[in-house]
Amino acid sequence: MGTSLNVLKHEMVPDHQIMSEDEVAELLATYRISLEQLPKIYHDDPAVKTINGEVGNVIRIIRESRTAGRAEAYRIVVKRPKK
Amino acid sequence: MTSPKRVGKIEFGLLSPKEIRKMSVRKIIWADTYDDDGFPYPQGLMDLSLGVIDPGLRCKTCDQKAADCPGHFGHIELAKPVIHVGYTRLIRKLLRVTCRSCSRLLMTAEDVEKIVGTEESDLTSEVVSEKDIKKERVCPHCGEQQLKINFEKPTTFSEVFVEDGRKIEHKLTPADIRARLEKIPDEDLRALGINPDVARPEWTILTVLPVPPVTMRPSIILENGQRSEDDLTHKLVDIIRINQRFKENQDAGAPQLIIEDLWELLQYHVTTYLDNEVAGCPPARHRSGRPLKTLSQRLKGKEGRFRGSLSGKRVNFSARTVISPDPNLSITEVGIPLAIANEMTIPVRVTPFNIEEMRQYVLNGPERPKIGSPCGANYVIRPDNRRLRLSEANLETVAEMLEPGWTVERQIKDGDIVLFNRQPSLHRMSIMAHRVVVMDGKTFRLNPAVCPPYNADFDGDEMNLHIPQTEEARAEAEILIAVQANILSPRTGGPIIGGIHDHISGIFLLTHTIRHFDRATTLYLTRNLPLDHLPEPADKDGDGNALWTNKQVFSLILPDDLNMVFRASSCQNCETCRRELCENDAYVRIVDGNLLSGTIDKKAIGAFDGQILHRIIRQHGMKRAARFIDDVTKLSIQAIMLVGFSFGIDDEDLSKTETGQITEVLNNAITDVERRIRIYNEGQLEPMPGRTLEETLEMQIMQVLGKARDRTGEIAGQHLGMDNSAVVMAVSGARGSMLNLTQMAGCLGQQSVRGERIMRGYEDRTLPHFRRGERGAEAHGFIINSYKSGLSPTEFFFHAIGGREGLVDTAVRTSQSGYLQRRMINALQDLKVAYDGTVRTTGGRIIQFRYGEDGTDPARSSYGAPVDVKGIVESVLKEEVK
Repeated sequence: MGTSLNVLKHEMVPDHQIMSEDEVAELLATYRISLEQLPKIYHDDPAVKTINGEVGNVIRIIRESRTAGRAEAYRIVVKRPKK
Repeated sequence: MTSPKRVGKIEFGLLSPKEIRKMSVRKIIWADTYDDDGFPYPQGLMDLSLGVIDPGLRCKTCDQKAADCPGHFGHIELAKPVIHVGYTRLIRKLLRVTCRSCSRLLMTAEDVEKIVGTEESDLTSEVVSEKDIKKERVCPHCGEQQLKINFEKPTTFSEVFVEDGRKIEHKLTPADIRARLEKIPDEDLRALGINPDVARPEWTILTVLPVPPVTMRPSIILENGQRSEDDLTHKLVDIIRINQRFKENQDAGAPQLIIEDLWELLQYHVTTYLDNEVAGCPPARHRSGRPLKTLSQRLKGKEGRFRGSLSGKRVNFSARTVISPDPNLSITEVGIPLAIANEMTIPVRVTPFNIEEMRQYVLNGPERPKIGSPCGANYVIRPDNRRLRLSEANLETVAEMLEPGWTVERQIKDGDIVLFNRQPSLHRMSIMAHRVVVMDGKTFRLNPAVCPPYNADFDGDEMNLHIPQTEEARAEAEILIAVQANILSPRTGGPIIGGIHDHISGIFLLTHTIRHFDRATTLYLTRNLPLDHLPEPADKDGDGNALWTNKQVFSLILPDDLNMVFRASSCQNCETCRRELCENDAYVRIVDGNLLSGTIDKKAIGAFDGQILHRIIRQHGMKRAARFIDDVTKLSIQAIMLVGFSFGIDDEDLSKTETGQITEVLNNAITDVERRIRIYNEGQLEPMPGRTLEETLEMQIMQVLGKARDRTGEIAGQHLGMDNSAVVMAVSGARGSMLNLTQMAGCLGQQSVRGERIMRGYEDRTLPHFRRGERGAEAHGFIINSYKSGLSPTEFFFHAIGGREGLVDTAVRTSQSGYLQRRMINALQDLKVAYDGTVRTTGGRIIQFRYGEDGTDPARSSYGAPVDVKGIVESVLKEEVK
């Protein structure tokens, strides 16, 4: 079947956004961290592919949280290591 | 936060023979250890160059004494190469993927490129595996026909070739294998994921064996003065002996057969020296028959180097003994036997301000005669770190010498803070800090209200005690680990410490319905409470004597401004709640610290859902909550003693009418089952959707019998009213349930295995007492009798079958959850919540951007929510809030 599925439209997939360079700089400053201290996400993750994320991008993920109502997480796109 | 130093890379390689010789300080050739004078032989296994263990001697290599010499390696030149057991898998793989003649990889360069990739641009490149080698048996480089390599555990390799239609195995000697491995070119190894600079494959075949320093295999001197060598030394002796014999035979030109035998023997000894538990190899044994503990056994398993010595260690300043209950202790206290208190110490630095006190401790000496006596001291430490043991002889001289700068190790006394622990330490409440109370006897004493967090009982449980040795440790224990800091469990956000068993029965008996007490009774009840005066009496009797209500007595221990409304455990969840007029007195209403209506039971003060307790913690703090628990336990114990509480076999007695009713219910059920079976046999049964006929019948039978069992319980329950202690315990939630009561007085009901009636046993029947194919209630484990009336033999057997399932389940579950716990702790142990609320690893990597996404500490939450809205509104409105 030719219809492609947009995973972001699925109700269980949270919102993914690519952050701008300024936003990333601000994020790193607030948490006083370097890029590699961020959690990771693989470049071939279906959600990352849908928003055309590239290795080195930082993705903002906005989830509905059971405890906080709305929670933001940030992940850096990395290449999936083979095997 | 700057991250700590980063590990650039880790390289794993093999020790080359060259490196082994380079790090060796001595070639070892003699199998003997010590001569007749007890002096080590030169070039023997205990050579002085390998380090020294005897005090007084100096190491020949580093010229240091036994305490400072780290030990040095030696080496043994093996007569012929032998295989290292730890690398047999690698050797097998390499033999299978390389050519037997030219030792090149059995793949063309192009094929290799396809898998590994051309450029080294990729961070991690793929590696050629055994599966990538095609089954074709001809080398693409030299055209040699390949043979199958057979590997036989533990260390035998052989080639298989076919001759005249028969398979012939040709054994490969370690020397042959080594020759092949030597020829494998470096670039082929890189394709296989091996870095030839640090791990040439031929180094997996040993030609020279390192001899570990004596410091890691010290000999011990037994009581009779005899020397006993370490297992490793024994094994090395064997290796050297065989090696010598091998060399002699080789030089004398012994026949091939003998050489092969000796070679195999040498291989065996080297194998067991490295690992004495290899499959297919009988373990080397000590003279006594005990298997030797060789290199791999030192590292492996629970008591091995990693789990036993590095992840966990034995500690000083700890004690362990049996525990027993003492309801007169506060929950924050722990009773410690005098014998233990006399042994355990806290170091106190002597200053000008405390020198007189310290001098008194020293004068009191190491023997504290009675529990009331002031504590003494066991050691003093001089400024030069020399320890002096105190004894009756030197007390006064040491006390004279004492001056600021010294340290006195004083004994434990009342009020000291100690850590108390019960294994398994599954959650943080398994270790809590208590205050010491020195006591008679030989057991640790604790208030039964702190049993739930430790999961302790008194059927022989033992617990551990640790004494914090520094001011910091004590401060931390008091603030973070103290019992009152851990009343709220981080699991639920509700209390985990609270009344249990008798506390609940007692407080239930005290507060149920309205009763009046005279002055003497009221004082009896409140005698253990810290009260200044009694409240205004609520009533007067006929003679004008003051009377207090039971609810008034309970209100004495509540904070004055407590307001709450909730329903007790005994609430029946009626359709329309009659509130204060509840016939079970289950509507609890507290206004301004006065219990107006309702019964106090498990819901109010219980260990896992004590609502009053929870509210007091939220509004009055941990300290007040701890006092409330102390007061409740003391009051309820007085209450239960006032009424008297016991349970015996005659508490299950039923009258003739009830017994008749129960028999009737059961008979009806059994006939009903028979009727349904008849319908089934006649083929008239309608199957339920998605079920077969048999399944439908089984479900119906289970349902009928289940209902019958419940019905007997109701009959029994009606007869045994609130004056029955089992009913009191079940209703108040103290212990047991109405089901337990049903099984004691009514009927035991259906026994099951995996949720189904018992079907297993003989052919077409469970026991020979029944006819084949019988489907009736009794034939498949329905028990008509109760524990009181006693089980028939067949019933007893079915009960044992059902009981066994539970036992097996618990046994399986504990081992599985134990392993799960270990893996989880390994994964999470180094994570912490940083000051900015993020969860981070030690390297500063972020795991969560806010702990739990909302940053709430569950142990300071109200059942997970950051604010207890209901509680706040209730305390303002003083009304029930929906």
